[in-house]
Amino acid sequence: MRKLFQRKTSRDVAKDRLKILLISDRMNCSPEVMSMIRADITKVISKYMKIDAENMDIQINTKTNKSGRGKTSMLYANIPILELHAAVHK
Amino acid sequence: METQSNGEQKASEVIVVTSGKGGVGKTTTSANVGTGLAMLGKKVCLIDTDIGLRNLDVVMGLENRIVYNLVDVVEGNCRVKQALIRDKRHPGLYLMPSAQTRDKSAVSPGQMVKVIEHLKDQFDYIILDCPAGIEQGFQNAIAGAQRAIVVTTPEVSAIRDADRIIGLLEARGFKQMELIINRLRPDMVKRGDMMSAADVVDILAIPLIGIIPDDENVVISTNQGEPLVGSDTPAGSAYQNVVLRIDGNDIPFTNLERGISFWTRVTGIFKKV
Repeated sequence: MRKLFQRKTSRDVAKDRLKILLISDRMNCSPEVMSMIRADITKVISKYMKIDAENMDIQINTKTNKSGRGKTSMLYANIPILELHAAVHK
Repeated sequence: METQSNGEQKASEVIVVTSGKGGVGKTTTSANVGTGLAMLGKKVCLIDTDIGLRNLDVVMGLENRIVYNLVDVVEGNCRVKQALIRDKRHPGLYLMPSAQTRDKSAVSPGQMVKVIEHLKDQFDYIILDCPAGIEQGFQNAIAGAQRAIVVTTPEVSAIRDADRIIGLLEARGFKQMELIINRLRPDMVKRGDMMSAADVVDILAIPLIGIIPDDENVVISTNQGEPLVGSDTPAGSAYQNVVLRIDGNDIPFTNLERGISFWTRVTGIFKKV
């Protein structure tokens, strides 16, 4: 509620900056490449449904395998859907 | 000799205190953790691995007692035992100082491992104070350790560097990494001007072992060369909890540590009633 009336706090700014920074740090992939991926995903999904591109969250997480050594990276995309197109909906 | 041991003898633990970024409190943390563990009756060896920029001796108040140092040990100028300074205030606490007039290349990771191997059977805990950066000094410090304490402050730059360090430690096969968030200002968190401990843990995703509030007593204790762990100060009791957690006790985080102010607690009580 309060967020509606208040500007973003510097705490939130810091968190957001860090999240974006660490994504590129962790994957050795520049923020430019990341934003290109984001734009392309938006384009493709938008063909089928109306999405909230502003609040879309894309992350690459690296997890250590259960065996201990070796790593798996995964791309997570959290895309809020605003409206499912009728064509897809039937 | 073993104080209240329950039959099984715990193997010595080698813990590196690291952060990536400088000035976030590695040395203060090493000094307080080492002193605190010694106060629990453990045999502790602190090793300053920051060659060329030694500080741990000063924070511990032992700077006037240095005869030999880590580089002397490695180069064979003295025996390992001769380089250990016994802290007279706490039985069981020893410091191996670093060399001030040499540079990082004076010691190799292999040599560091040898020194630690030599000390292992004499101590319950070996605490390595790591230099800032990710170059050779860092490589030396982590070489002989199995457990890492990553120190950060709730700032973007420090957290970014901590994340990089965690990545490097993971790549080196570290299984046990724990986070200390230093210099938290509960008032600023409350105003929305500082990331909370939960925010930092959320980002770095390793277990939290301590939250140290920003406390001017830390400066005072450093001025005096006496670690404040266990003292009746906000940072002193927070470090005490860290020490107990390191030693395997399940100590819940207090409201003070989490940064919940006195008034929130009071209003919280009223809400409950």
